[in-house]
Amino acid sequence: MVCHRASDRFALLYRLLWRISRGERHLLENPADSDAMRAVRYAKAVDRDVYRMHAYVRFARCEMEGAELFATWHEPQHRILRLATPFFVNRFNNMDWLIATPDGTAAWREKRLTFGPPAARPPKVDDNVLDGLWTAYYRTTFNPARLRVSAMMAQMPKRHWATMPETASIRGLVRNAGKRVTDMNACSPEPPPAYAERLAKRMAAVEEPAGKVEPLDALRREVEACRLCPLHAPATQAVFGEGPRESDLMFVGEQPGDHEDLEGRPFVGPAGQVFDRALADAGIDRSKVYVTNAVKHFKFEMRGKRRVHSKPSEGEVAKCRFWLQREIALVKPKLIVALGATAALGLTGRRLAVTRDRGLVVPFNSISLLVTVHPSYLLRLPDQNAAEAEYGRFVEDLKAAQSWCGA
Amino acid sequence: MPLNLLQKLEILADAAKYDASCASSGGEKRNAGKGIGSVTGQGICHAFTPDGRCVSLLKILLTNFCIYDCTYCPSRRSSNVARARFQVEEVVRLTLDLYRRNCIEGLFLSSGIARSADDTMSDIVRVAKALRLEHGFRGYIHLKTIPGASAELLDEAGLYADRLSMNVEMPTEAALQRLAPEKSALDIKRGLARTRASIEAAAEPSRMGTSRPARFAPAGQSTQMVVGADSSTDRDILAATTRLYASYRLERVYFSAFTPTGHPASGLPDRPAPLLREHRLYQADWLLRFYGFSLVELDDALPDGMLDLSIDPKLAWALVHRDAFPVDINHASREMLLRVPGIGTRAADRIIAARRHGTLRLAELKRLTGSLKRVQPFILTPDWKPGALIEDARLKERLVPAPRQLSLAFS
Repeated sequence: MVCHRASDRFALLYRLLWRISRGERHLLENPADSDAMRAVRYAKAVDRDVYRMHAYVRFARCEMEGAELFATWHEPQHRILRLATPFFVNRFNNMDWLIATPDGTAAWREKRLTFGPPAARPPKVDDNVLDGLWTAYYRTTFNPARLRVSAMMAQMPKRHWATMPETASIRGLVRNAGKRVTDMNACSPEPPPAYAERLAKRMAAVEEPAGKVEPLDALRREVEACRLCPLHAPATQAVFGEGPRESDLMFVGEQPGDHEDLEGRPFVGPAGQVFDRALADAGIDRSKVYVTNAVKHFKFEMRGKRRVHSKPSEGEVAKCRFWLQREIALVKPKLIVALGATAALGLTGRRLAVTRDRGLVVPFNSISLLVTVHPSYLLRLPDQNAAEAEYGRFVEDLKAAQSWCGA
Repeated sequence: MPLNLLQKLEILADAAKYDASCASSGGEKRNAGKGIGSVTGQGICHAFTPDGRCVSLLKILLTNFCIYDCTYCPSRRSSNVARARFQVEEVVRLTLDLYRRNCIEGLFLSSGIARSADDTMSDIVRVAKALRLEHGFRGYIHLKTIPGASAELLDEAGLYADRLSMNVEMPTEAALQRLAPEKSALDIKRGLARTRASIEAAAEPSRMGTSRPARFAPAGQSTQMVVGADSSTDRDILAATTRLYASYRLERVYFSAFTPTGHPASGLPDRPAPLLREHRLYQADWLLRFYGFSLVELDDALPDGMLDLSIDPKLAWALVHRDAFPVDINHASREMLLRVPGIGTRAADRIIAARRHGTLRLAELKRLTGSLKRVQPFILTPDWKPGALIEDARLKERLVPAPRQLSLAFS
């Protein structure tokens, strides 16, 4: 605030101190008080001026005593030179620079900062990067179809234009913008250049698949392109099953969750971790079994900034059965473990009572089926003891499946 | 005749200017150390062009040669635009030269797809790598990632860049298929997903025995979609945006109103999208992210799926929900204050701070909000009651600023 040029800044500061010392301790926190507000306004004006110095200084490269020096003339609104220099020290530490202002100079030479008295404005230094490349970039990046002069003026007051070489082109850009847009709108499609056809042919050639494709990989590609239900649109990707081509044991879950959707692999999120632990405790090697889901896309609803799991409908499960059956036909497991009610529904087309039928191996078409809970159920149990007991039962179910397969 | 650096710059900056983002904010703060450059966290706009947009980064394409044929893009293969290609060293030198003159905060590098996604991505990564490792550049780097590029290249890009972005281009997959038939929505979503996972992994505190990248795009990732090139409604766009934010933890979803490029293609609207539409979409996006509105609530401000161009979406919502007003300035919760047209997040916080020191009347409120015109019909203070004003059928007309010609004159 002291750096502000307003002549009443000290009187205002004195008054604020007086009022604070007389009991209005929280004066500065009251944005509705007119003294406090003016102080804040002064402080903000100084901050803004510092920011503009950081933004609008343009260093021109010149030679001085055989060394490279980057020099500039800048006219700040307030007395901010000392306030603004640390930024330049932090940023341009390894080059020598000089900032001259009507209030004084700041110089960084051989990693030492010195402040000097005001100097007369030096003549403009020619610098072909600033005058050529930078100005050309400024001109080109402007989009005439979006002309909004007032927005530019509000941010970049004319006070600084004299020391910013690119601003010399503003007048022409604004004047010609209307005509450029009219001309662009009047353009009609032109015939494509000769190379367009060649590139199109090359693109088409690339897309043809080469070599022999594994049947599971071929199925995966079909699933990735699945549009049977609308779940594909909000999801990232279809999550296809994972495991060896022919496995004795196949696990079917409900649907991918947030993590699975991002990674494109089944059972890698929190429920997947429980599943992995339980598999290990049951003595099952995950890399030797096939793991997939009844529904291949993540169904979710938005809760604030998060995606929250949403249960797939019977219709969605039924549509996705098409893929599940083809997966089963390729993997040819001896036993399928349905993890939870949706998995059982996807496999059998019927609603089963998981808690009643769990742990029993029942015939299912030409294969066998064992139903148990979904690992995410174990995560939802609030009671620690109940959770441990349920986890134990889950591991027992997995062991039962393993020994049935081995028998 | 080969192009010189200036000519290349003109072609490749022109081709890059349709990317809306120029932000250099966010991420880690750092100083030059033994190299050159710093990141302040807030970002700095070093200039403003007469379109009112900030110039913060050197925003260029590495090349505008492209094997794709995305209808809305002036660099598509069937366009007659002049073509150029920068050498890696040229971009590095240009960035450093402009940076030393304090013209830019850093580099925003994108590219047409020359040869293949992987070739292009690896060229982009080479530029960033050279800047960081060979020249000790510690300024801001924003890299565009190319859908379909390999995971290894994405990981390397995250190592050198402050921000990564991959454009979703269109609000719906159907529109993408129609206007950018060779781009794959699946590749784009997978790219965004992978980047999110990498950013989150790098942000986690390191644990013993787990491998963790030391640094990955500390300023996060963003994306952009073109507005008005297809028939998607504002509701489609906002629904897609909300989903993108939640799915991929994006810092920003940028909207880019479709404007003519001078290289029109058939199959596109022959009129530009109103810039006001883009502005209203940003306002609605803000309501969703910072004002506690849900998309379902905003439906009331979206008759036929479109935002009213003449008024901002919060006012549109308030006019439908007049029963929620007036709001008592001295007692209302922050959530309710934020629903009042004309009170933004900053004004709401200032009101809450100020009312601890005493009752707020209109005079104090005016100091906190700047103007009372829009606020007054919806609030209650000890010296003001809106009375029948809130029920006034012509309230909208009273609040809509009279249409005025955008001024082109400047002295």
